[in-house]
Formats: sequence, C-alpha cells, structure tokens
Amino acid sequence: MAEIEFRKALNMAIDEELARDPDVFVIGEEVAEYDGAYKVTRGLLAKYGARRVVDAPISEGGFCGLGIGAAMLGMRPVVELMTFSFSLVAMDQILNNAAKIRYMSGGQVRLPVTFRGPGGVVHQLGATHSNATESIFAHTPGLKVVACSTPENAKGLLKSAIRDDDPVIFLESELLYALKGEVPDDPEFLLPLHKGRVVREGSDVTLVAWSKRVHQAMEAADRLAADGIRAEVLDLISLRPLDQDLILKSFRKTNRLVTVEEGWSFCGIGASIADIVQRQAFDFMDAPVERVTLEEVPMPYNEAMEYHVQPSVEKIVKAARRVLYRDVKESTDGR
Amino acid sequence: MKTPSAKTGRGAGSPKRAQTGNSPAAGIDPQALVRMYRQMLRIRKFEERCYQVYLQRKIGGFCHIYSGQEAVAVGMIDPLGPEDYVITAYRDHGQAIARGMSMRAAMAELYGKATGCSRGKGGSMHFFDVPGHFMGGHGIVGAHIPLACGIGWGIKHRGKGGVCLCFFGDGAMNQGAVHEGLNLASLYKLPVVFVCENNGYAMGTAVSRGAAEEHIYLRANSYKMPTRRVEGNNLFEVYEATQEAVRRAREDHQPAFLEAVTYRFRGHSMSDPGSYRTRDEVEAHKSRDPIGQVVQHLEKNRILDAAGIERIESEVDAEVEDAVKFSEDSPQPDLDSAYEDVYVNYPADIRQRR
Ligand SMILES: Cc1ncc(C[n+]2csc(CCOP(=O)(O)OP(=O)(O)O)c2C)c(N)n1
Ligand SMILES: [Mg+2]
Repeated sequence: MAEIEFRKALNMAIDEELARDPDVFVIGEEVAEYDGAYKVTRGLLAKYGARRVVDAPISEGGFCGLGIGAAMLGMRPVVELMTFSFSLVAMDQILNNAAKIRYMSGGQVRLPVTFRGPGGVVHQLGATHSNATESIFAHTPGLKVVACSTPENAKGLLKSAIRDDDPVIFLESELLYALKGEVPDDPEFLLPLHKGRVVREGSDVTLVAWSKRVHQAMEAADRLAADGIRAEVLDLISLRPLDQDLILKSFRKTNRLVTVEEGWSFCGIGASIADIVQRQAFDFMDAPVERVTLEEVPMPYNEAMEYHVQPSVEKIVKAARRVLYRDVKESTDGR
Repeated sequence: MKTPSAKTGRGAGSPKRAQTGNSPAAGIDPQALVRMYRQMLRIRKFEERCYQVYLQRKIGGFCHIYSGQEAVAVGMIDPLGPEDYVITAYRDHGQAIARGMSMRAAMAELYGKATGCSRGKGGSMHFFDVPGHFMGGHGIVGAHIPLACGIGWGIKHRGKGGVCLCFFGDGAMNQGAVHEGLNLASLYKLPVVFVCENNGYAMGTAVSRGAAEEHIYLRANSYKMPTRRVEGNNLFEVYEATQEAVRRAREDHQPAFLEAVTYRFRGHSMSDPGSYRTRDEVEAHKSRDPIGQVVQHLEKNRILDAAGIERIESEVDAEVEDAVKFSEDSPQPDLDSAYEDVYVNYPADIRQRR
C-alpha cells in the first residue's frame, strides 16, 4: 500500500498490464512523447517503447477504430481519449463497431478494447469540451461503462477493464487526477467491473452518484448529518450493467432516493434508476425519486453560470431534504 | 527534435513558392500596408494582454494565444469584403479581430461578461460575430471544415456572391472531417478557400509525427483544387496568394487550399510547458517575427517613420487598455441568461422543474 495520486494509480494499472500481457498497447493523442495530456501515461514510452505506447494524430475516428480492429485479433488496446468530449468524433466506431460487431457476428468476435480518459465538465472549457457522455454509452448494449472515483478503485477497475473481453468505456475525471489515496501495489489487485459500493452508510435517504460526483454526495451527506439526517452514499461504479441490487437494497432501507449526475436530466442514467426503483420497490417508496442533474442547457463558459447549471452540494442537500419532506424553500422560479 | 522548418522543408525550396513572383509587396498600396500593420499589432498586443490577464485569473478555461501567426489572419482576411465569411478553430482571437470584432467584445468574452461577443457563454474557443460574418471559433479539431462547405453552399446557391475563408491547423489535417470537407468543396465547386496554418505543431506533436505526408498542401492536391504553400510569416506573400485564391473562388466557385507556414510564439495553450520545443528553436522563429518584417518594410520604403510607428503603437496600447477596462467594468451576465439561446422557439414550459 502506498499513498499515490489518482493519475499515478491509473498509470500503475496500465504499466502493470503492459508488463503482464504483450497484447496490451496504449494509443492516443500525446500519450507517448508528451507523457499524456494529463500525464496519466507518464514514463510508459520510455519503458515499453513506441510499438506499445503509440502517439496518434488528431484522428479519433481513426485510432478508436484501429483499437477495435486490433481487438478483433485479440489484442488489448487501451485507447486514450484526451477527453470523452472528443469521443463524439468517434461515435460511429464506438457505438456501431465496438458495441455491435460481436453480436452481428453471432458471437465469433471478442472485442477486448478499453476506451479511457477524463469525462464531463472541468472548469470553464465551454460547451464543446464539457460533455458528460456516459448516458450515451450506457444506452448502448454491447458496451460496459465504468466510472472510477478513487485512486484505489481507479487502479483495480482499470486493470479489470483491460483484462475484460468486452469493450469497456472507462470514465475518469480531470478534477480527480490530483486526488491522493492508498492504492495496493499488488499486480493482481483487481476489482469487479459490475459492482458498486456503499461509501457511507445511513438510514434516512440514499444518495446515488459516480465519478467525481461521489465526492459531492459525500460532502452533502456531511452537511445533512449536521442536521441529524443520515444519508447513505452509493458509488455506482458500473453504469452498464447497473448494479441494481446495490441500489435496491439501500432503497429498501432508506425508502428515499436522490440520484446525482453530471449530464442532462432527460434520458439520463438517473431516469433509468428511478424506473428500476419504481418498478421493483414501489412498496418501499416514501417519496418521488429526486434527480440532481445538469440543467438542460449546453455548458456555459461564464464561471458563475457554469456553477449555477451544474449539480452542486447545495442542490444535493436540497433534494435530500425534499424527499424527506423537510422544510425546503422552493425557489420561486420553478427550477 | 529538429526544428519544424528543417523537417517540413519550408521556405525557398518549396516547389509552390517558386511561383509567387519576386516582390509581392510591390502590388500592395501603402495605405493597405499601414492598415494591415496596425491590425497585426492590434492582434499581437491583444494576445499578449490576454496572456497577462489570464495569469491574473481573469480568464478561465483554455486560452490559445495567436502571437506569431498574425500575418496569416491579417493577410488573408484583409482582402475580403463585407459579403465574405470567415470561420476558424479555437485559436480564434486573431481571426476575429482581423475580421472586425472589437477588442472590447473579444476581451469581454474572455472575462465571461454579458458584453462579450458570445454573451459570456462561449469563452476563448467559441467567439462569434455573425453580423460581421465571423462564423465562429470552433473547439473540436476539424469539426468546422464541413461547416465552411455549407457556408460556401449558401453563398453559391443564394447567388449573392462572396467566399468563405476557412482556417484550421496542421493537426486538423488528420481529421476525417477535413478530408470529407475538402472533397465536398471540390465536388460541388464551392467558393471556399481553405487555409491550413501550419505552425509546426499540434499541441506537442510535430507535423512529421502526425502526418505521413508532411507537405500538407500535397495532401490537398488529390482533391483537384489549386493548392499552394506560402511563407505564412510574410504578409506580402500571404496577401498576394489570398487575392488570387479568393478571386477564383468568387468568380469561378473554385475552392482552393493554402498552406501557410508559420510558428506560434507561445505554448499551445496557457497550460502548455512547451517541453517539445527548444528555446533556440523558438528564438530563431521570433527573429522572423511577421510584424518585425512589416515594420522593416514600412521604414525602408519610407511609408512610416519611427514617429508614425510609435503613434500606432500607442494608439493600439490605448485600445487594449480600453478593452480591459471595459471588460472589468462590464456586468456579469444574469444567471437566467444561461437558459436562453438554447432554441429559437423555446417551449415556455421547459423552465418548469423536471
Ligand atoms: C477532436 C479533438 N481532439 C482533440 C482536441 C484537443 N486539441 C485541441 S487543439 C489540439 C491541437 C491542434 O493542433 P493544430 O490543428 O495544429 O492547431 P494549432 O493548435 O497549432 O493552432 C488538440 C489535440 C480537440 N480540441 N478536438
Ligand atoms: Mg498547429
């Protein structure tokens, strides 16, 4: 165990898998000579050489497709997207090719490819660079979608993703890259891709989040605790397949649910969670499910606006109080 | 790493350049030269001020400084008329100013203020001035090239005349959308002039590390349109090449492709340590400063004397300071405006809680 940065945990995972399996290679923009736009792949070129750590031109459709093609032969490409906002350029490759080729071939093909990189909003990068893409991927059968939230699970999950025989969308967050935490150095430290976790136990309300929003939910739970409300915080980790049992178990205990997500509300992952809960635990519902999401607008550049339209600790606290029918002053503008 | 000039074989040896004639400056009238000098200086001083205020945390997000490339934007946009259009990538301050955006509107956008060219919603990478026919700064590499084709389509089929000048970087040349766009423009005979600003690098990737054919204009040749490589730091050469390309686009709906070889003096963005270029390399390019070259020409040909140059400098300084003050003093946008501009016709009930 050592305390290391999030980006270093990711680096260790890739490093160990490169060492373990000659079929693993890394490809993406600036991953080799520049050590990665966010330094996740630092030092890997020097260690493994240019055949296994490959700089790609700004050709997302091209190199994502290349990763999928190499996976068709059984290689295990780790494709870095500088950010998932740029995966939009490669959507046909990912949603049509990666997600469907196995199915269309009647199961002849395996696609052990991992697409990884930071997703979601950072800070004032504007609408084109602030996309939360997870609901798009999670919408698509054939893909596995995983979001890490701590240095420890970043390492254990990324290693599992690389070893998995299906295409995995592996979501990180630029805002977490400097976060420090204990990480096992065991090269066989693997975490299951499809299991969420209880980050904090509580009995009054369940807060569901993933990636960096887990940390906001934890902060909200602290604030709620100051008012005597015991919130249970779940880190979903797997967005497809969804760890339904984890959610339902917690909900059957707390009877109240708030989902937090970085993307828009409409067709969001929280909508699917609410759907599952109302169908499978209707009798346990003490309040409608509340969802804290991005407002239904492209991300504005202005700092105050950008904050205003995003999920925030305050919004999570408010939503939790609403499902508990605690006095919340409704804003008069109806939002 | 070798310098990009050595790698790309730019300069006198490049085959296309031989056709440019001996003194392109000869044909430009002195008034136009002074005007373009001022424009280049306005961009440089604006950008260097951006650099400073960014460090003071007045500007957020990514900010890509254009310093060093001014001759391209100015030499290409100056020959345009009001009916023409300009579209570019995220390194867009220079093109916006060259196209007539006020420094106030540009700086206020960087400050995220309501008075900014995009009401504080776009930021550095997403400047827009549609009345001025500046059709955007675009943040996704390569994504705006097909848009230029659409603009060209509109120009052609509405019959009002004009051309669209579409700027992008050397790195963008590796995006599929760029090649689709080049083919479409040629296939449909659209009045679009494509300008690849080859500043040697895409972020930390030298041209030769990202492209199998590093002579960018050669790649465009296969789309059957006239292509040409110009010394992008030479205003006169840029200007002359553009006039020719724009004329053909305007009169014959003949798209063209210009590769302007240039260099950015600053890092890729404000957060780039620039470890992939040596100090020597950067200094060597600074000694070929496009603005310095124009100043030399102006003085040598007695178009402006030292006093004249100084006067323009101080006028531009004052304009930049005014833009900063204007931006400081401008109001923050109303938070409610975050909900505006999503649609033209926005259903009234969308504001209701979900
Ligand atoms: C589709 C996409 N991929 C990656 C990026 C990140 N990115 C921004 S600028 C840039 C380099 C572009 O270089 P070039 O086209 O040469 O333009 P320059 O910055 O030199 O002006 C990259 C990789 C992006 N904005 N969009
Ligand atoms: Mg470039």
